Amino acid sequence: MLKRLKNPTGYFILGGLAIFLVVQILLSAGILNNFWRGIIFWGAAITMVTLGLNLIFGFNGQFSLGQYGFYAIGAYGAADVTYRWVHEDPSGVVVVFFGLWLSLLLYALVSVLLRRFYGITVMTKFTAYLLATILAFWVAVKVLLPVLGPVTMTLLGALPEAVSQQIVFFIALLGGAGLAGIVSFIFGIPVLELGSDYFGIATLSFTIIIKVLLDNTDTLLPFPEMKGARGMIGIPQWTTWPWVFGTFMLVVVVMRNLLHSSSGRTILAVREDERAAELVGIDVNWAKILPFVMGSIFAGLAGGIRAHDMAFLHPQSFNFIQSFNPLIIVVFGGLGSMTGTILTGFIWIFLLEGLLRLYLPSGFETWRFVVYPLILLLMMLLRSEGLFGEYELPFLRRSALPLRRKVASEESEEVA
Amino acid sequence: MGKSARELARAARVDIALDRRDGVVLNRLAQGLFALLGLGVMYVLAQAFAESPAIFVQQMLNGLQLGFIYALIALGYTMIYGIVKLINFAHGDVFMVGAFTSFYVISGLDLHRWPAWLWAGLPEGVVILIGTITVILLSMVVSAFLAMAMERFAYRPLRNKPRIAALITAIGVSFFLEYFGALPFVYSNNYITYTRPFEVTVYTAGSISPWAIGGAWGLFLLSLAGYLLLKWRSRQGDLRAQSWIRHPLLQLGLLLGGFFSVVLTLAGVQIETGGEIWDLSASNVTLVIMGSSIILQVILQYVVNRTKLGKAMRAAAYDKDAARLMGINVDRVIAATFALGGGLAGAGGVLYATAFKQVHHLMGIIPGLKAFVAAVVGGIGSIPGALVGSLIMGQTEVLAAGFISTPMRDAIAFSLLIVVLLVWPQGIFGEPPGEKV
Repeated sequence: MLKRLKNPTGYFILGGLAIFLVVQILLSAGILNNFWRGIIFWGAAITMVTLGLNLIFGFNGQFSLGQYGFYAIGAYGAADVTYRWVHEDPSGVVVVFFGLWLSLLLYALVSVLLRRFYGITVMTKFTAYLLATILAFWVAVKVLLPVLGPVTMTLLGALPEAVSQQIVFFIALLGGAGLAGIVSFIFGIPVLELGSDYFGIATLSFTIIIKVLLDNTDTLLPFPEMKGARGMIGIPQWTTWPWVFGTFMLVVVVMRNLLHSSSGRTILAVREDERAAELVGIDVNWAKILPFVMGSIFAGLAGGIRAHDMAFLHPQSFNFIQSFNPLIIVVFGGLGSMTGTILTGFIWIFLLEGLLRLYLPSGFETWRFVVYPLILLLMMLLRSEGLFGEYELPFLRRSALPLRRKVASEESEEVA
Repeated sequence: MGKSARELARAARVDIALDRRDGVVLNRLAQGLFALLGLGVMYVLAQAFAESPAIFVQQMLNGLQLGFIYALIALGYTMIYGIVKLINFAHGDVFMVGAFTSFYVISGLDLHRWPAWLWAGLPEGVVILIGTITVILLSMVVSAFLAMAMERFAYRPLRNKPRIAALITAIGVSFFLEYFGALPFVYSNNYITYTRPFEVTVYTAGSISPWAIGGAWGLFLLSLAGYLLLKWRSRQGDLRAQSWIRHPLLQLGLLLGGFFSVVLTLAGVQIETGGEIWDLSASNVTLVIMGSSIILQVILQYVVNRTKLGKAMRAAAYDKDAARLMGINVDRVIAATFALGGGLAGAGGVLYATAFKQVHHLMGIIPGLKAFVAAVVGGIGSIPGALVGSLIMGQTEVLAAGFISTPMRDAIAFSLLIVVLLVWPQGIFGEPPGEKV
């Protein structure tokens, strides 16, 4: 047993468990007060968002400024599900849960259908998937909700309150992340075709559009409970340390395994040279859409966590100016370094929102944003590859391809 | 040879499986759906026009004012992108600094009335005219120096680093300018009421003299006649006519005469259609914005197309290394480009503050982004494209706010970008993207 743990994975699991236990003990003992608890949860959420951006930008080379848009979608989506549940309305749970599975099913059908044709343009693909999504959610709202709504209510109501709450929270997180993923998939089909700068501007526009939509949720969109520009209140505060730790580790492990898989290698190949990757036979479109959707899912998950920690959402906190934060963290930590992103994300929140807010005179608040662009400029001039460069923890590091000695020797025998 | 009938049949089946159908039908269906969507928007606008044409045209006049301000910012974006391939996020903040410079100069020093200090008996109109021009020029100079300093200290050291470093630096510079301005001893983070350099007068029917309308039409018709004559002569093979046809004075006459004649006629003539009296108005702010924007554009066209500096700029935009080999000081050319773009943005800032009567330390962000969108719509790197794209952008924003959905105006304006990028990636005047392999 001890021997098996003596590899990077073992150290990673042990280290993770240790961090989990230490923080849990500190929280239960009351040594970390609510402020620091909020800082830790916030740090985890920002780091998840930033890991997503690192996957899109650092590992796949697509300059995206839309990460906060997906963060907002995840936050509002998840918050809406639990808000409705708390107000004795199962519609959020049913629509989100079944809408997601239905749209995934329809996507599979659409992709099979589209494969039977050649010369399909991007717009056609986009339209087909968009119509599939609309159909899926229409069915979920109009057909499934009247049938399954009461059923869900009685089923979950039969369980003890604590259990049903956890289940609803799980579905809410899943729903927020899934909605972010679906939106990024539909949006990514046409927009990822554009070049790098244009893609950046299009995603920036996306963030602005999402913010405008959130400002008008009660007037233009049919979500009066989100209360538009006044901010959404009454979200249950269900985020606990195990949930934060669990989602965070999930994101880290999923991203690590994705990058170590063959898909991860195609993602990296597209970053290095898109044209060459296409010539080697890599499906470039897929290799761009996969990390974009994964990164957005991470952002959506983080949004759900953050929403249920703050218990208050305001469109202003998803302003596009904020959306430069993950970009700056990624660049500080080093593009293409998960370790750098994780450490910088936590340090960023810890310093800017934690220490500086507590220990500096109140007039300094406005100075923060004068000082950090200067640090950013110096950083770009002196060390433009980021603090950590390409350094990774042993667990996150990609190992070299194993040499297949056996196969090689067989071949040589055949030749001989 | 050794193939059995069964193997042949299998091969044929594989062929059938590979024989996919042509997707043209599906493509047409999707295009049709989008065309329907476009038609829906057109229908809404047409309905609004049919309901009250006067209000519709008035909105378009207001959109013209916005479009010409965007044009001034968009020119800087398009030139800088054309030459260094950098989205200069800080350009909107240069615009903000221009507005603030004029604010301090006007409310602190009263500089917009300086001719009256020298000669007390000068008529009011002349004082204001000279004073306003001075204020605009001063703001342009300050913004140009700011843009040059930005280039010298932030972007030039990074020129040989990866492009993303420069982009991040641009974001950093932008944040720095915004939040340095927010400090209490700089501008503070409140909305500040702006003192206009001149009073607003609204011209309606009757208050515009027929001479002004006639003069504008005369200018337009004269330059149009000149243009057509030169066009005819150059068809005949007259080489001198071919070069004169692009003369800046002719362009100035065409643009200034064209826009002013239409706007003045619409505002100054009372028409009655179907029982509705067209009572349109145009303020002098709109006219000043139009006039100064067109004049600055034409000067810029002159600089880019007819001077040595402009030639160097075009060469550097085409191929920096080759330009360097030809003895062009590329660093100086890039600095000059930033100065020109910054100066235009500064003028835009003064005009924007005059139109909307307030200044704020974040006022540059949204106009800056919209101007960038306008530059992309017009075709990035193209100077006439920036003007056309900005006018389209101004109209889109105003019509969307007026007749589709007021709170969604920004969202619709930015959706325009996504739609244009998808349908027409190189923009209206842009050159098709040639990728080097």
